[in-house]
Amino acid sequence: MAEQLITASGLTKEFDGLVAVDGIDFHVDRGESFGFLGPNGAGKTSAMRMIGAVSPITGGDLTVLGHDPEAEGPELRAKLGVVPQEDNLDQELTVRENLLMYGRYFGLPKAVIEERIDELLEFAQLTEKADSKVEALSGGMKRRLTIARGLINDPEMLILDEPTTGLDPQARHVLWDRLYRLKQQGVTLIITTHYMDEAEQLCDRLVIMDKGKIVAEGSPRQLIEEHSRPEVVELRFPVGVLETIAERLDGLAPRVEVLADRALLYTDDADATVEKVHAEGLEPETILERRSTLEDVFLRLTGRTLED
Amino acid sequence: MAMPLALRVAESEARWYRRVWRGSMFTSFINPVLYLLAMGVGLGTLVDANLPPGLEGVSYLTFLAPGLLAATAMQTGAGEGAWKVRAGIKWTRTYHAKLATPIGIPALVNGHMLWVGVRVLMVSVAFAIVVVAFRVAPLWQSLAATLPALLVGLAMGGITTAFTVRTNSDVAIPTYFRFVVIPMFLFSGAFFPITQLPGWLQPIAYITPLWHGVELCRSVMLGTPTVVEPFISVLYLIALTAAGMALAMKPFEKQLLP
Repeated sequence: MAEQLITASGLTKEFDGLVAVDGIDFHVDRGESFGFLGPNGAGKTSAMRMIGAVSPITGGDLTVLGHDPEAEGPELRAKLGVVPQEDNLDQELTVRENLLMYGRYFGLPKAVIEERIDELLEFAQLTEKADSKVEALSGGMKRRLTIARGLINDPEMLILDEPTTGLDPQARHVLWDRLYRLKQQGVTLIITTHYMDEAEQLCDRLVIMDKGKIVAEGSPRQLIEEHSRPEVVELRFPVGVLETIAERLDGLAPRVEVLADRALLYTDDADATVEKVHAEGLEPETILERRSTLEDVFLRLTGRTLED
Repeated sequence: MAMPLALRVAESEARWYRRVWRGSMFTSFINPVLYLLAMGVGLGTLVDANLPPGLEGVSYLTFLAPGLLAATAMQTGAGEGAWKVRAGIKWTRTYHAKLATPIGIPALVNGHMLWVGVRVLMVSVAFAIVVVAFRVAPLWQSLAATLPALLVGLAMGGITTAFTVRTNSDVAIPTYFRFVVIPMFLFSGAFFPITQLPGWLQPIAYITPLWHGVELCRSVMLGTPTVVEPFISVLYLIALTAAGMALAMKPFEKQLLP
């Protein structure tokens, strides 16, 4: 059995009586890339903060890297790398100075840090920006610097909270590529995200969270197999038409979801389903055939979309 | 041996300061020198002409210099306790970055106060050297007076830190400066003896850290007698520092480790 780096059971977090994390059980193995997928407010960040020993747990049990975060916070944090959702780099300092300063918090000797800085700058593709002030960097560069900073202490585990939120598509892909490399090197990654494509790209295994609870757990492929059909046909109709024909969609596919702006037909064979749509005499404005994604799993489990 | 955690915090503040020190020169150093010129030399000529023995037997410039030293230290402590803390929590969020490392709240507070002390001492020593240039007091007496200035700076740094971390409102800090720091600056004996204040105001001056700092600085720099025993003032300022730090711990936890 793989070594468990995180074990949580009945993990709970309340803020003034408001339950943010509601008794969740999960574990993370060494070397895997583990995700918390869910909409904003699902409790992902609260869970991450408890793992990172920067938020006391309200209830349940949590062991991270063999430590009780409550009692051994400093020892635990010494072994973690953290990439927070909001950038908290020192804007007035240079890229290099930020890394040096962060390394010093871990009590690392200057010589060791300097050596790592060169490697990390290369990894983060920031070598040329080494002596630029942080405030002059783009959002994507700042995020890569924050990841490099999180690696300065050679952590056993890197935890990333919404790593690509607020980045443009190109910057996201660069970041995914970097994280994928870390994963290849065997670094254990914990990622929260509300982007299902991010979860599919990066996570070996994930839990889907909603309203503080875990609603499903597995690899992206498993989750899709278990909770959805392999293919989806998306139909869009002119405004006002969807409501009137909703009933005629029943029976065209094993499962049908009618959303505000479109209908989703879950099926094993998209082509055959499209033929049935035409045979029924329906004339949608657009027809899209695609594979099932984690978004569909989330919709199935919660009745809502991730972006809601 | 790894460096103590609080020292790592102070070191990071020093690294940051090395980058931004130019901007702080005006408020922390040039301003007090301007005060010394305008009030001590300019207004002082009038004061001295009307009070032949001067204040406490010395010229107004000489009377003012140690008071201004203490007042500058007080303002520096207040500034570091307010803006630095608010920035770390809310604007630059660098405190959040620090707390993701082995550094915890006690180390953060201790390191912050260590840095407040360094800043106050820097400003005070620079001011003490100017005082020597104005021929107010000999070098060693001037430099010795930076120690009580350090105490008043730390006391105000501690109190202000405790205040700042307890409030989230953006108007709280300017209000605090308007109604606490500036009045204290003006009415705690730095510019004129507090015996000139209305009787009911005098007890308020006695409880301000600045009044004790002014008394100590003046006594060390000029050898003037103090109203209360100097060791009481020293203990009072140390107690205020400790109280400020102790009162800051819990709210820091609430703000940064919810």
